[in-house]
Amino acid sequence: MNEKVDVLIVGSGASGAAVAWSLADTKMRILCLEQGDWMKQSDYPSNGRDWEARLYDDFSTSPNRRGRPTDYPIDDSNSPIKVVNFNGVGGSTIMYTAHYPRLHPSDFRVKSLDGVAEDWPVDYATLEPFFAENDRMTGVSGLAGDPAYPPKTSPMPPLPLGKSGTRFAHAMNRLGWHWWPSDTAVATTEYDGRAPCINLGHCTPACAQGAKASTDITYWPHAIRAGVELWTRCRVKEILTNEHGMASGVVYFDPDGVEQFQPAEVVIMACNGVGTPRLLLNSVSSRFPNGLANSSGLVGKNLMFHPYAQIFGYVDEPLDSNRAPPLCLWSHEFYETDPSRDFVRGYIYQFGRGIGPVTEAIFSAADGRLPWGKGHHATMRKLVGRRIGMSAICEDLPEEHNRVTLSRDLKDSHGIPAPKIDYTLSENSLRMMDHGIARAKEILAEAGATNIGVQSPILNGGWHLLGTARMGTDPERSVVNEWGRSHDVKNLFIVDGSIFVTSGGVNPTSTIQALALYIADSIKQRLANLFD
Amino acid sequence: MTDNILTQSEMEDFRSIAGAMIPGSVEFRVPGADDPAIFADIVRSIGRDFSDVRASLAAIAAIAGGTLAGMDEARREAAAETFRARHPGLATTLGRVVLQCYYRDDRVVRSLGLEPRPPFPKGHTLEQGDWSLLDPVRTRPKMWREAP
Repeated sequence: MNEKVDVLIVGSGASGAAVAWSLADTKMRILCLEQGDWMKQSDYPSNGRDWEARLYDDFSTSPNRRGRPTDYPIDDSNSPIKVVNFNGVGGSTIMYTAHYPRLHPSDFRVKSLDGVAEDWPVDYATLEPFFAENDRMTGVSGLAGDPAYPPKTSPMPPLPLGKSGTRFAHAMNRLGWHWWPSDTAVATTEYDGRAPCINLGHCTPACAQGAKASTDITYWPHAIRAGVELWTRCRVKEILTNEHGMASGVVYFDPDGVEQFQPAEVVIMACNGVGTPRLLLNSVSSRFPNGLANSSGLVGKNLMFHPYAQIFGYVDEPLDSNRAPPLCLWSHEFYETDPSRDFVRGYIYQFGRGIGPVTEAIFSAADGRLPWGKGHHATMRKLVGRRIGMSAICEDLPEEHNRVTLSRDLKDSHGIPAPKIDYTLSENSLRMMDHGIARAKEILAEAGATNIGVQSPILNGGWHLLGTARMGTDPERSVVNEWGRSHDVKNLFIVDGSIFVTSGGVNPTSTIQALALYIADSIKQRLANLFD
Repeated sequence: MTDNILTQSEMEDFRSIAGAMIPGSVEFRVPGADDPAIFADIVRSIGRDFSDVRASLAAIAAIAGGTLAGMDEARREAAAETFRARHPGLATTLGRVVLQCYYRDDRVVRSLGLEPRPPFPKGHTLEQGDWSLLDPVRTRPKMWREAP
């Protein structure tokens, strides 16, 4: 049997890396089990001529399409939005676009302010020092002074506006609507051993330059130097408990596929909003017949994705296309609740620079915009490099019927039941998306774009996996308490997006990591009586 | 016939349909997708789409009433369009398999005014832009709501 560790972290992605690094200064023995591999920048798509094609192959955002041995399948047939993720050291930060907004102060008080969903048991002010610490560890580029946020600074200057950003800036100024250079987890200068961005433009399927802040190159080198152990190709099957109802450790499959038991004093879940409920629901015992930490019945429920409405058009000159990080600006013009609208809460726009020739051809052929046959070449030349567009990231309110359960039939390569997603778009989300599409068409018209296209929701747009083990002070209405500890199992913590009470309308990674640092700090403050 | 190698007949049909999808152009000085080098890349790159490609070719053959090879251009294009209309899902996959190779061919990439190279290590240059455009936004009152 393996030696007992003080802290066992399951998952090495955004939250697992942050909590590991923060806890390292306790000098406890900390072990992280990761089902994937260490990634190599020399293997990333931008190194080869097939850089765009690999988005449909071993660097597909969909685990079902990608099908690496380190992936697990997901039954998302009953959802209009499909789950996307990555499994490896760094988790989905390997394959995110590094758009890095924080939640707003109002996001933590949606019930008090807007009468919907629930308030969070923490607030922006509590998290603010952890946002700042995370920005420093991650290496965030941005510009101070954004009126959409309380004052904050970024360690590095923002990404350049470029031609695409400039066109949007003029359009937004003419409309009188808010825009600002995005906080982005991309190094614009040398930073903490990372090289600056050189505009490879293909950020999502991993950064060959190492400028994008995936946690394998941000938190993990520091955590490992501080003594944290990280074992790869170790897939956790279930969490076991002892006669006192405490977690005793986890059963996992080692790299040879042999089942092992890893005992631990504390278990921390960092597997994202699908992987964590999957593992909790797979951890069934006579004491916990409905899955671990599930006395509330809420494990797996309240799944939130952020429905994305994508709107784009074409202008009469080549823009930045794929020759720069894909996202450059945001707008929070429609973020806060406005009683005059027919929906509550709101959304941000993230403005994109464009896409490469293969992607343009594939998207436009699929949409019927690019013909087969004689007209193909002339049409393609009016499209390539000329696309300009944005996505409205809409707040998804929690609904219990949107959920993660276990598939009866589908299993991963180790025979562990796969997660099953049941999800529908709410009327509020649909109205919000319609609003986002209508305003985006005004922006595109102002930017001189024609030939407008819409994808709403983005089918493979389930990047943000939130809410399936939410935090709260009431054990009957939440899974973990206000500092991430399970109400039911007092040495079990959750630090990933599962604990979000509401989703906000922004990309969540910054907030996920700030929460992980806050929970790590809470653990450190309570070490003497952690299980009381 | 094996499960992951196209038959000679399928190869001929696939090449014909690729040429119908993207014909060569004198005007734009580009080869068609049935160019030997491009088509070889396409076949080499089918990978995990093999079953969909095979199903697509079977559907096209059924529409055409036999093999496409040797069929005149008008009938070939008509078969392709009918396939696209009747089988949009398969057509999307078949199109992607062709397009992802066609638009990485050196001759084609150059014809679009682009450099035939991977993004790394050279990268690209991006103009900084005029940050004074932000001046009207900087003067806006705060937009975020205080939370109780």
